[in-house]
Amino acid sequence: MTFAAKLKGPGWYRALLSVPLSLAFSTALVVGVRALYGWDPLFDGEAITTVALIAMPLAFLVGIGCFDYWFYWAAGKPTRDEDHSGHGAKTWKDYFRVNTDHKVIGIQYIVTTFVFFTIGGLLAMLIRAELAAPGTQFVDPNTYNGLFSVHASLMIFLFIIPVFAGIANYVIPLMIGAPDMAFPRLNALSYWMLPMAGIMMVASFFAPGGAFATGWTAYAPLSTEVPLGQQFFTIGVQFAGASSIATALNFLVTIITMRAPGMTFFRMPLLVWANFTTSLLVVIATPFIAGSQFFVLFDRALGMNFFNSANGGDVIMYQHIFWFYSHPAVYIMMLPGFGIISEVISANARKPVFGYRMMAFSLCAIVVLGFTVWAHHMFVSGMSAWLRVPMMITTMLIAIPTGIKIFSWLATLWRGVIHLTTPMLFALGFITMFTLGGISGVMLAVIPVDIHVSDTYFIVAHIHYVLFGGSVFTIFAGLYFWFPKMTGRMYDERLGRMHFWLSFVFFNLTFGPMHLVGVDGMPRRVADYAAEFATWNAVISVSAFIFGMSYLLFLYNMITSWRNGPKAAANPWRAHTLEWQVSSPPPLFNFDEIPTIVGGPYEYGVPGAVHGVFKKPEPVAAASGGKE
Amino acid sequence: MRTKHPIIQMLLIGVVASVAGVALALAIDWFPIAASTAAAPIDELYDVLLIVSVPVFVLVMTVALYSVWRFRAKPGDQSDGAPIHGNTLLEVVWVTIPTIMVSALAVYGAIVLEEIERPAANAMEVEVTGQQFAWSFEYPDTPGGEPVQSNELVLPLGQQVHFQIKALDVLHSFWVPAFRLKSDAVPGITTEYRVTPTKEGRFDVVCAELCGLGHTTMRQVATVLPPAEFEGWLAEQAKQSEPAADDTMPASATDEEEAQ
Ligand SMILES: [Cu+2]
Ligand SMILES: [Cu+2]
Repeated sequence: MTFAAKLKGPGWYRALLSVPLSLAFSTALVVGVRALYGWDPLFDGEAITTVALIAMPLAFLVGIGCFDYWFYWAAGKPTRDEDHSGHGAKTWKDYFRVNTDHKVIGIQYIVTTFVFFTIGGLLAMLIRAELAAPGTQFVDPNTYNGLFSVHASLMIFLFIIPVFAGIANYVIPLMIGAPDMAFPRLNALSYWMLPMAGIMMVASFFAPGGAFATGWTAYAPLSTEVPLGQQFFTIGVQFAGASSIATALNFLVTIITMRAPGMTFFRMPLLVWANFTTSLLVVIATPFIAGSQFFVLFDRALGMNFFNSANGGDVIMYQHIFWFYSHPAVYIMMLPGFGIISEVISANARKPVFGYRMMAFSLCAIVVLGFTVWAHHMFVSGMSAWLRVPMMITTMLIAIPTGIKIFSWLATLWRGVIHLTTPMLFALGFITMFTLGGISGVMLAVIPVDIHVSDTYFIVAHIHYVLFGGSVFTIFAGLYFWFPKMTGRMYDERLGRMHFWLSFVFFNLTFGPMHLVGVDGMPRRVADYAAEFATWNAVISVSAFIFGMSYLLFLYNMITSWRNGPKAAANPWRAHTLEWQVSSPPPLFNFDEIPTIVGGPYEYGVPGAVHGVFKKPEPVAAASGGKE
Repeated sequence: MRTKHPIIQMLLIGVVASVAGVALALAIDWFPIAASTAAAPIDELYDVLLIVSVPVFVLVMTVALYSVWRFRAKPGDQSDGAPIHGNTLLEVVWVTIPTIMVSALAVYGAIVLEEIERPAANAMEVEVTGQQFAWSFEYPDTPGGEPVQSNELVLPLGQQVHFQIKALDVLHSFWVPAFRLKSDAVPGITTEYRVTPTKEGRFDVVCAELCGLGHTTMRQVATVLPPAEFEGWLAEQAKQSEPAADDTMPASATDEEEAQ
């Protein structure tokens, strides 16, 4: 291929050419408009950066080839038959291009999100280093505010939310007996938007004035007044949000329309239910955070007054819109994990999930209730006082469907045959810590307690029990569980267990004491603290460093096992769901024979029970006659 | 006969662990010094939440650990567990009991909320203004009738204070951990809460809402004085601001102050 052809066709050459072109375009646009208006100076760095932050990622996406097929189609050119040349991976290079295979996209998602998890973790280590002793250690307050803001934003928007999308991308089509997702090209676009958001947020450290430093909550009017770095968050969130909405639509359509014959809703594995309900949350809630950040962007870039009280803006409105997304976002980060835990526990306890229907209904109840509690984040915000008690009640009611799930998992363990594999250990660790996070959540719902502990380290402790002890432990459980399916190799069980025990112990030593210092009066988001908190903070920092190091065991295990771990069997867990009935890794289009679902997904211990049967194309008539 | 024992065994373990857990949770010195009438009911509420929470956690842990110990697969065991799909009675129980528990706690929380926010007839007004990165205070009702501005917060012991909180630039949050109460300071609106100090002394005033570069250092001190000393302080402040006040309001104010 000639160089010119390479530049014309989709791929990295065209992408790397279109990015500088879009920067030039952004500069010209800003300078042109400013010249027309007669504004001085012509070169406004902040305005150019703002336009470029929108234009450059879009140009990259066009260049790498996310839109080629749609442009071709929209231009009315003759139909091109799909040759599936963009589908699947033969070499590692196929992971670095626009790929429409859900299995490739799933791995792209997982690897990318773990890159950002690693960066976010390093930022956490810096935070704990600064807080190891009172006084200033090595960062100034502005840098410190940037550290925790970028840490939280990466962990939430670039790790927990999208890594679940990655795991589901890989597993869901296999679980429901589909050859791929409903919209493979949209799926590819969803993935490629993600690194755009992540790179933008990390790059904010290089912005004049430092990284965005207003927390992941970006409360106005601070976020409309701080330096340029904020724009990297405001716009980055739009790309992450668009990615997540597109993926959620894809999951909804896939799950509704592409289930194998015989798979009724009540024969779906609970991970499928979990992603179905999560996707509903994403589609309904995510536009609200997009809105809140657009308003901040308009205030900043266009001089509007959404949150400028001097000109009639409403500061509290920001928080209502933000939390109308960000509370449901807690469940966006939790429900997929609930699904993973149901799969892992049933397979490793060799028992049907206890109360399957209640497990599914409780997911739906959480979706509905999840939209009625957002203002529990605002008990001290100065919002209408009467709203507090109803929001306390709805918040506490969520403990009921959540309790159903925990009790049902416990009942699933009861009289099982329990195999303490690494994923099972993480599932049990999850139950422990998520219960604690749920309990502190109920405490926080009680308004008088919240008035005292809101904006303290009690909140930091609570969110990490829910999002790390909760979500991240389910992510580890899921990755160990499906690692053999995804890579065709087995991870090192001994290292996996070490990873679990180290992270379990030092997680608790890191975040447990934070409850105490929080109630005792240490506010969050501070670079320094009163001397009375010094001992606990030293303990927390040392634990955090060991906790951080335990993650290296995981990385080492994943990388070396992927390269040369022992070959995995198709079904190492003897699980019943469909993804385990095909080879590891699965064939290009997942199923060489179409499965028919004949029973529930977890019929362990029921003699002769199977979830799906595979009919050979020829003897169809005879076989199906016998079965049905 | 072994099959009958597990529940009783677990119950025993659970009760012992709950008692130990509650004792441990209550032995921890959780709270900062208590210096307002809101502190006692809030601390008590927190303790009750601990007492209720510990058995819930112990229940979950006991069942999980007991199951792992009792039902763990022997090496090489490829069998499946008992094919139990559910139990309606059990599911009704674990919906009903938590519902009752959280409802009771919500009612209790609402009662405490009403108690700590109840206005007193003789409440003294204090205006609190947050700006990057300091708090300032205004006492509108002085003996001289002239509002007093102050950069330090001084309060009379045993008298309810009604804070009216404003912000000049971005969000702040006005928190005195010893009082257990806080409210955001919000540009464009006035927020409020009420405090009745119950202890003399100096207590930290902390900004609890991220407000920018100097957020960490946005800390001041609240001093609680006996009422007579407080009156003296207020009069002193009024006198100090006198030259400025003189321009607008001559003579009479000064007379009344001296009479005090
Ligand atoms: Cu919430
Ligand atoms: Cu502050």
